[in-house]
Amino acid sequence: MQEELFTSGRNLPHIDPSLEIWHWPISVYLFLGGLAAGLLFFAGLITVLGKDKEYPTTVKFAAIVSPIALTLGLLALFYDLTHKLYFWRLYTTIRIESPMSWGAWVLLIITPISFLWVMSYYSELFPKWKLKFEFLNTFEKILTKNRIYMAYVLIPLSVILGIYTGILLSAFNARPLWNNAILGPLFLVSGLSTGAALIILLAKSKKERHLFSKIDLALVVIELGLIVHMLMGMAAGSEVQLEAMQLLVGGEFTVMFFGFVIILGLIVPATLELTEIVGYKIPVAIPAILILIGGLVLRFVMVEAGQITRYLY
Amino acid sequence: MRYAMVIDTLKCVGCSDCVVACQTENDVPIGYCRDWITETVSGAYPTIELELKSERCNHCDNAPCVRCCPTGASHQLDNGIVLVTGDECIGCGACIESCPYDARFQHPDGYVDKCTFCHHRLEKGQLPACVSVCPTKCMYFGDLDNPNSEVSRLLKNRKHKTLAPEAGTKPKVYYLI
Repeated sequence: MQEELFTSGRNLPHIDPSLEIWHWPISVYLFLGGLAAGLLFFAGLITVLGKDKEYPTTVKFAAIVSPIALTLGLLALFYDLTHKLYFWRLYTTIRIESPMSWGAWVLLIITPISFLWVMSYYSELFPKWKLKFEFLNTFEKILTKNRIYMAYVLIPLSVILGIYTGILLSAFNARPLWNNAILGPLFLVSGLSTGAALIILLAKSKKERHLFSKIDLALVVIELGLIVHMLMGMAAGSEVQLEAMQLLVGGEFTVMFFGFVIILGLIVPATLELTEIVGYKIPVAIPAILILIGGLVLRFVMVEAGQITRYLY
Repeated sequence: MRYAMVIDTLKCVGCSDCVVACQTENDVPIGYCRDWITETVSGAYPTIELELKSERCNHCDNAPCVRCCPTGASHQLDNGIVLVTGDECIGCGACIESCPYDARFQHPDGYVDKCTFCHHRLEKGQLPACVSVCPTKCMYFGDLDNPNSEVSRLLKNRKHKTLAPEAGTKPKVYYLI
């Protein structure tokens, strides 16, 4: 028998009996950040490849979502801070060792670029609403001319943004569920996959839909592989990692993780996408929405379950 | 200079005087604490063992909270003490997540707070409040770099352990067992 109890003192709000410092805003932000990273990555890639005329949804219509997602995500992050008025302290220093510092700086660069990107398509996106001021029209022309440079910058930045949402969690060695090197790539791939799903959802041409169905299918297969890798790594790990894995496999998060993330969020949509590519008629909205929900649930499961895992007590 | 604390679990009676002394000295808000007592019972009757420990921030040599802080509010002094500068802290909670000892908490004013090894008392040549009030004198405080200090000699001669050394943080609160 081993029984441990606090005889005095420890009854800290949000920490005892179980850690609840990070709530839904963090999960929502990690999802929106990954989604924006995916959308901006594909917009940049298609532009660099010179295919922006063939895939208008990717570079134009879906790209509108990324500044909105980033803004909402940043608002969620700001809402989660407890010393809000001091948020500017993030930008008085660069801390190489802190993933959150990296993320704050990348967001500071990528968020304005995502707005400028949409601005560069303004007259094509909103042909009926003319810009009132002449200088805005000139500004738009400059942006349109330099769009390719924005695309070159967006590709590496969106990859950093996507991978940082995972590394943010995996850098905490005190939380055994998070502390595995797979989480960065897993969140990046999941973010790219949700981005592709949103493009499928909004795409008007069959060609664009099929290309992104194929991309999404490949990403889902990679994501499943990474999840298997993650679970195998934890199964072969130390005791705390075994306990962490048991939360997902046979523990309180099993239904959420296997039911909503793996089956409904990955395997079912992948099967539907495959049958659609082969030629059967399936409304593409179903797999796309399932992928998006699966991505959101993955963030919630990882954030909530990770905070339960610990070394002591 | 590397400050460390040594606590004799064989002498501790779990009276919680250290907890109250800390709350009084550091004006810790009601309902919060920077140190606490744990009581661990292990084994089965009749070979049962009871261990009482006063726990707090371990002022780790390899402090994960300092590493993950995005603003540098969490920092380590040359003497090994880990501190939080309140008006550099944004309250993101990353350090709380990163601490294997759950030693940090969000102060009602928003910033993150924790044990300071009574840094302000050390500057005046006094001992930390918890150490100075301990009625069984089971707590020792001193410099690990000095081989003749009380803490160094105790660690040389007595069997001891640290909490969750497998977390790789190199904690500096030692427990004599």
